[in-house]
Amino acid sequence: MDTTRRLFLQAGAGIGGGLLLGFGFARAEGTQALTDYVSITPDGLITIMAKNPEIGQGAKTMLPILIAEELDADWPQVRIETAPSDEARYGAQFAGGSMTTTMNWEPMRQVGAAARWLLIEAAAQKLSAPHDAFTTAKGQVIHTSGKTFTYGELAAEAAKLTPPAAESLKLKDPKDFKLIGQSQNGYDSPKIVKGEPIFGIDMTLPGMLYAVYVKSPVYGARLQSCDLTAAKAMPGVTDVFILKGTDWHGLQDGIAILAKSWWYAQNARTALEPVWDDAVGASHDSAVYLEQAKALVKSAGEIRQQSGDTDAALKSAAKTIDAFYQVPFLAHVPMEPQNCTARVTDSGVEIWAPTQVPNSGKELVGKTLGVAPETVTVHMRRAGGGFGRRLENDYMAEVAAIARKAGKPVKLVWSREDDIAHDFFRPGCYHALRAGVDAAGKLTAYACHSVTFSRDGKVAQGAGIDGNAFAPLVTPNFRLEQSLIETTIPTGYLRAPASNALAFVHESFWDEIAHAAGQDPVAFRLAQLDAHLNDKANYNPARMRTVLQTVAERSNWGKARLPKGEGMGVATYFSHRGYFAEVAHVRVADDGQWRVLQVWAVGDVGAHIINPTGALNQVEGSVMDGIGSMEAEVTFEKGRAVQSNFHDIPMMRMPKAPKIDVHFVQSDFPPTGLGEPALPPVIPAVANAIYTACGVRLRKLPILPETLAAKPVAA
Amino acid sequence: MITLTINGKPHEVDAPEDMPLLWALRDELDLKGTKFGCGVAQCGACTVHIDGEATRACVTAIGSLDGAKITTIEGIGDTREGQALQTAWLELDVMQCGYCQAGQIMTAAALLAKTPKPDDAAIDEAMEGNLCRCATYKRIRAAIKSASGQPVDDLRSA
Repeated sequence: MDTTRRLFLQAGAGIGGGLLLGFGFARAEGTQALTDYVSITPDGLITIMAKNPEIGQGAKTMLPILIAEELDADWPQVRIETAPSDEARYGAQFAGGSMTTTMNWEPMRQVGAAARWLLIEAAAQKLSAPHDAFTTAKGQVIHTSGKTFTYGELAAEAAKLTPPAAESLKLKDPKDFKLIGQSQNGYDSPKIVKGEPIFGIDMTLPGMLYAVYVKSPVYGARLQSCDLTAAKAMPGVTDVFILKGTDWHGLQDGIAILAKSWWYAQNARTALEPVWDDAVGASHDSAVYLEQAKALVKSAGEIRQQSGDTDAALKSAAKTIDAFYQVPFLAHVPMEPQNCTARVTDSGVEIWAPTQVPNSGKELVGKTLGVAPETVTVHMRRAGGGFGRRLENDYMAEVAAIARKAGKPVKLVWSREDDIAHDFFRPGCYHALRAGVDAAGKLTAYACHSVTFSRDGKVAQGAGIDGNAFAPLVTPNFRLEQSLIETTIPTGYLRAPASNALAFVHESFWDEIAHAAGQDPVAFRLAQLDAHLNDKANYNPARMRTVLQTVAERSNWGKARLPKGEGMGVATYFSHRGYFAEVAHVRVADDGQWRVLQVWAVGDVGAHIINPTGALNQVEGSVMDGIGSMEAEVTFEKGRAVQSNFHDIPMMRMPKAPKIDVHFVQSDFPPTGLGEPALPPVIPAVANAIYTACGVRLRKLPILPETLAAKPVAA
Repeated sequence: MITLTINGKPHEVDAPEDMPLLWALRDELDLKGTKFGCGVAQCGACTVHIDGEATRACVTAIGSLDGAKITTIEGIGDTREGQALQTAWLELDVMQCGYCQAGQIMTAAALLAKTPKPDDAAIDEAMEGNLCRCATYKRIRAAIKSASGQPVDDLRSA
């Protein structure tokens, strides 16, 4: 968090004379803006603003819990609204990096504490009593005499007072928490079960047209020509026009079809025969990439991280272990396809979007239309999943350009095929690994040469390789090299970016090393952590040791007697400030069909689990998401994606959903987020379990049953 | 004009016979609870009931629905199963993003109407066609059991 900013609080009167409490960040340059977080009406209704996008991670419920806790609000009396997107007023507003908890744990509680202070002060003035003669509980201020006021009774007076400096507010002793640590159900859920129109795609404006936007399936191909006559004559179509692309993150070349409802626009695609300049994609094939990677690892790459003398240590090792790992490209496929609604008028641009980054959308729309970003308003709508896809606002740029040209409000909806063809994919990667152990079975050297992708010569989005913190910490001789393949394929950030691939690679390889050294995989890791318990770095070995020990106990590691074809595997991973150790129990049939029967996940994300029901749901979902991803891939031929919908991108479905045992170790550290860190370790835990179940070492994803099938017995 | 009977009421739709029910509901009739997920009957987000059968609205042409009784998420709460499921979904705090849950509830309601106390195998079989990208399957299964009067653990604490 930007520490040059300081929290300011300000109260004011709301409609009907209630209390409005806001806070702003004084920017380094001294400008200051204030806004509303809490409002209390005279009849005691408390409205709390949730500042960040809701994408299914639970922010809309969790953030107000933090405010309500310190405010001593009566939770059933709390109403929640999504804040306007305005970083000058609300500070950073985004859903990404599992940062919502980390960044808001303290400021949101300060907001609640300030509102409480104002209400008490109003009561103190009414009774001419000292401030500290009052307590609060469930929406009431109570004097030592027993005299009680409801918050509603005090709201108007409180609004006239000046709140104290945020830093001077005393926050609750955690033992007095009444909401934090108790489960509160999702605030929007009653609307969801009734089908109320609260998602981005449900947006409607008077006089609105519906649009599809047809782009080249070959990435980067420019539109050469397209006859629009036939499409314009299709039923329900109101207009068809060509737009020229400006940005691969935003508006690309394409053909907009507008219609009186969406299906007409979608249906009219069949009447278009656009001619694209496809040559740009000619050499961009998954098969070509693999050959390039295999060639690249034979020579030196750029050194990204190095300690000790890895070559000498490998040379003197009693045993070396070599492996080549491959990880595919993946699509995000949130359940709600990309969509966005826009209205462009002389007075500005208004956008309604399911997005993870509303404020950067203003910049993009401004750039696309050539207007000042300050004239762009982005309304955050509930998003039907994010998973990192909505960190890009390309749909926002498209609909803004379409709506301006149309001169009417427009809702753009992508088909699922559009969503997959035009994803910003989790990039694939290839890794040549070599480790050395001495005669006592102790690890002495670890070398990894990773081949990932670049765009315009720079490491592509999501293609970083530095996320693995464990190996460099515990290995005296460590080297990480990187080589790059230039790609035209758009890449981006998928839930637990980089870690979702690197955990599989490094934690599977750790398992290989442990087995090669003749050691139990849990004991091997514990020994490594024990040797470095006092190393103070970004990665805290003591925290990981505790979760690993705990998951071993909960899963009965090493003690369960399993039938033939079943096995257990373990992995640990640190990402997004969270420590997770997970054990998977799998069964592999003779024909190679595999099932995860159970997963034990133990995590340390700090001292408090703010909303346990949401936290558990995130961990369970992350675990299943990780397992599901082991069957999926996106491949490319001639610069375009081969897969197109859920029939060829398999996802986790109910019959394959395993049992999951989740446990949180509560440490002394400030709480951190849970949208991502439980995902990375489950993938290697399953891969390592498959190894113990059937003896096949998985070095390549996705898993194909034929690779796990029992070898036919030679005649 | 095509007349569709939705949640017990007739609605006139001025659209071609081959328009999928999903788009007639969402864009022509402003019933947006039924969700678009894939357009090819692979994800179940658009599940509605047609004469009591769980059906994918994205591949069902409105021209085929003359005289059919259509029930959507907006109307399922008026049925015994639907109401029990909505209550269970809230009690067990099933959803994360919530986008698929209308379809999940509709498929589950059709299951309970035929199989009042489904076991795990029956639930798996009925629900396999409904994707939940957030993977709330553990809670969906528990909510179906709870709605059908079978005992479940509170899944909301570790």
